[in-house]
Amino acid sequence: MSPRFLRAGAPQIAAFVALLLIDWQVSPQFFDLRMQDGRLFGSLVDVFNRGTPVALLSLGMVLVIATRGIDLSVGAVMAIAGAIAASLADSHSLPIVLVAALGAGLLCGAWNGMLVAVFGIQPIIATLILMVAGRGVAQLITQGRIVTFNSPDLAWFGNGAIAGVPVPVALTIAVLLLTLAAVRGTALGLLIEATGANAKASALAGVETRGTTFAVYVWSGFCAALAGIVAAADILGADANNAGLWLELDAILAVVIAGSSLLGGRFSPSLAVLGAFIIQAMNTGILLSGFRPEFNLIVKAGVVMAVLLLQSPKLTWMSGRLARGPA
Amino acid sequence: MTRYLPLLITAAVFVLGYGICAAQFPAFLSTRVVANLLTDNAFLGVVAVGMTLVIISGGIDLSVGSVIGFTTVFLALAIDRWGVPPFLAFFLAFVIAGLFGAAMGGVIHAFDMPPFIVTLAGMFLARGAAFLLSTESIPIRSPAYDWITETSFRLPGGGRLTIVAIIMLIVFIIGGVLLHFTRFGANIYALGGSRVSTGLMGIRVGRNTVAIYACSGALAGLAGIVFSLYTSSGYSLSAVGIELDAIAAVVIGGTLLTGGYGFIAGAFLGVMMQGLIQTYINFDGSLSSWWTKIATGILLFLFIALQQATLTISARATRRTSTARPAGSPIAGVARTAS
Repeated sequence: MSPRFLRAGAPQIAAFVALLLIDWQVSPQFFDLRMQDGRLFGSLVDVFNRGTPVALLSLGMVLVIATRGIDLSVGAVMAIAGAIAASLADSHSLPIVLVAALGAGLLCGAWNGMLVAVFGIQPIIATLILMVAGRGVAQLITQGRIVTFNSPDLAWFGNGAIAGVPVPVALTIAVLLLTLAAVRGTALGLLIEATGANAKASALAGVETRGTTFAVYVWSGFCAALAGIVAAADILGADANNAGLWLELDAILAVVIAGSSLLGGRFSPSLAVLGAFIIQAMNTGILLSGFRPEFNLIVKAGVVMAVLLLQSPKLTWMSGRLARGPA
Repeated sequence: MTRYLPLLITAAVFVLGYGICAAQFPAFLSTRVVANLLTDNAFLGVVAVGMTLVIISGGIDLSVGSVIGFTTVFLALAIDRWGVPPFLAFFLAFVIAGLFGAAMGGVIHAFDMPPFIVTLAGMFLARGAAFLLSTESIPIRSPAYDWITETSFRLPGGGRLTIVAIIMLIVFIIGGVLLHFTRFGANIYALGGSRVSTGLMGIRVGRNTVAIYACSGALAGLAGIVFSLYTSSGYSLSAVGIELDAIAAVVIGGTLLTGGYGFIAGAFLGVMMQGLIQTYINFDGSLSSWWTKIATGILLFLFIALQQATLTISARATRRTSTARPAGSPIAGVARTAS
């Protein structure tokens, strides 16, 4: 944890801790941890485990949003990857299953990237195509049924553990570190921010904006495919209708909570992952509290509005005037 | 003429598609199929009119599906449980949905926030409110419902033009007049062209933004009424994902998602096109329903590619004859990059 992360993410970290404390108040066993079959169990672990798909999606989404784009297709890509993984799992070896599912994700990302970067189509529309058609493709793969599998190799991605840490969580950490290494260790992050802040000026300054834009959509497709594999492994099957349904919105929400501007040019992968876990802590809290899960959406809507109002340029301007006092 | 090109191409594709369907299944030419096409897609059509207004103004409304869901539950509870007279319940639903849209428009303008996110929050809120009212599917038993669903006008050839189909057609006509022949409509185009310039021109951006989203909300409420008439029940999960169908219809109809350019008639063709694909799949029998999604996606792609191509060609033409074309020309207006 760098000091920069702590400083920039103070509100998000505070919100996450507060939510965990609320969850603890609601359910006294919340922080209880136990080891079972070499894997950590407990409500806290559950928050991280269940938050994994959205966390993975948000790692792709955060880079896309940083280039001033948006990827609506991630839920559909999840469904496609999950459908491929589940239908191949029992007849093929794990490497082939993974290559096929992740390859499909990369292909979907490349399609989106081509539409946005090469043809200059607005991201929201370009990715809408795959959002509409993708779920149809996933249903085509599963022939409209819920495909189940028994392969323990693939199931390991849902219920396995590495040194006690559930595999999905370990996977998220690994992808986060990879993302951070790429965007903070190299100039890639700078290029992404430049593309998002002003694509035209960046292109004139010699930034390969097209390539950068293309790459972030490919990365988003890859992350979505990973999330799809984890989701399929979790339920030992693929449901083309419901896998990843609405998760694109949760991923966008996670990125927004992380304080990344939807107008591009500013982003933080670590905070996006934290945002995903904040959403999950909220969901878990509502469930534990015995409130009807129907409240989930209302609470989410409230959080979106609150975060947006805090980020809103007009409000910043107003609070700045208030702080300075009447002129 | 270039102005109407996307609309003409959409119409041509629709006619061609209809011709292919009719060649394979002659029943497509009967008024029964036509009337069913109108009835089955009535709620989508009503929503698409509101969506067209919003998109031409440069915004987007993701909340419409949730508002439909909320409206159907509200109507079912009001009519079936609370004993509110149906037409009063319709009026209340219409007003609530309109106020909800107005509130979103107000937030978008007052805090200068992206419509995408504000209406996303609205989507969660309306769906959540519907869940809070009831998570069960509630049948609506009311003589008024029976009367409305049973009344229809016989067309020559045995087709039945139902009330909901007529409602949709009326909404399209009113929407068309509003958008293409009134000052409010001109303001919508202006906002989609450039929000800043519109404000500088003295047009009240805030008031128009609120009005546009209020229209979209109210029409989503009306679509909810139509949906509840169509299904005679209220269910909080009804019309999930309709916003995407509506956006797809608007885009297929030739309206630009960057705003400032589009036609109400295009949305009608877009809705009918999706209905046509669905009907064809039903007729064929061997194709599964997911082909609707794939076909809609392919159509969406083709039309976006077409729009992009027309834009590139017209932008090139504009550059060549930059002095010949007036600045206010719609094509010149949309040639600007997405902001």
